[in-house]
Amino acid sequence: MALTISRTIVDAILEQSRAEYPDECCGVILGPAGSDAPIRHKPMINAAHSPTFYEFDPKDLLALYREVDDNDEEIVVIYHSHTETEARPSRTDIAYAGEPGAHYVLVSTRKEIAPSVEFRSFRIIDGVVTEEEVSITE
Amino acid sequence: MAIEVRIPTILRPYTKDQKSVEASGETLNAVIANLDSQYAGLGERLLENGALRRFINIYINDEDVRFLGGLEAPVKDGDSITILPAVAGGSSTL
Repeated sequence: MALTISRTIVDAILEQSRAEYPDECCGVILGPAGSDAPIRHKPMINAAHSPTFYEFDPKDLLALYREVDDNDEEIVVIYHSHTETEARPSRTDIAYAGEPGAHYVLVSTRKEIAPSVEFRSFRIIDGVVTEEEVSITE
Repeated sequence: MAIEVRIPTILRPYTKDQKSVEASGETLNAVIANLDSQYAGLGERLLENGALRRFINIYINDEDVRFLGGLEAPVKDGDSITILPAVAGGSSTL
């Protein structure tokens, strides 16, 4: 298992996480249904506006799934940032993880590791977390 | 006519992989009970101690049921219900 993703999208996500700091940022990357290819980056609003929690607004969530269905796409990646902690799924992340087919990407912009950042990907299925390799294409 | 219920991927193991199923009932609560009688175990994934689970969003004709009266929300033949897992998380503990 691995996630292959373009440098352009990785950079856009890191930029979003810095822009929305100290709040957690979030979003999805969509791809053609069945492709497992993260092509279309779609930042989402963190309706919780919180440094320790993120949530898609229920209206945005429904609109997103409708859009995905209409375009014959799938949600390939669901990502969010941790602003002060490591980029690995918290217990809250695991409890909420509801898309067994998605790659859960976490980025961390915590100060301790600046100027470097963490960009990690996980599968979360039935409460079991498995980290996978991230391969970034230039 | 019946009520169409759209099932998210994570709950499709309960519905034999069907994306959409039919149910009946005059309130959301009754629809969930009807779903559970057809697809054992599904009700428990939607309710906890008699209330809607926090991790699940349910919409009746594109309106969030939290604004329609929750489990008491009225439902009629021809309505369409969509169930979606919340997309949420974060570094905080629950």
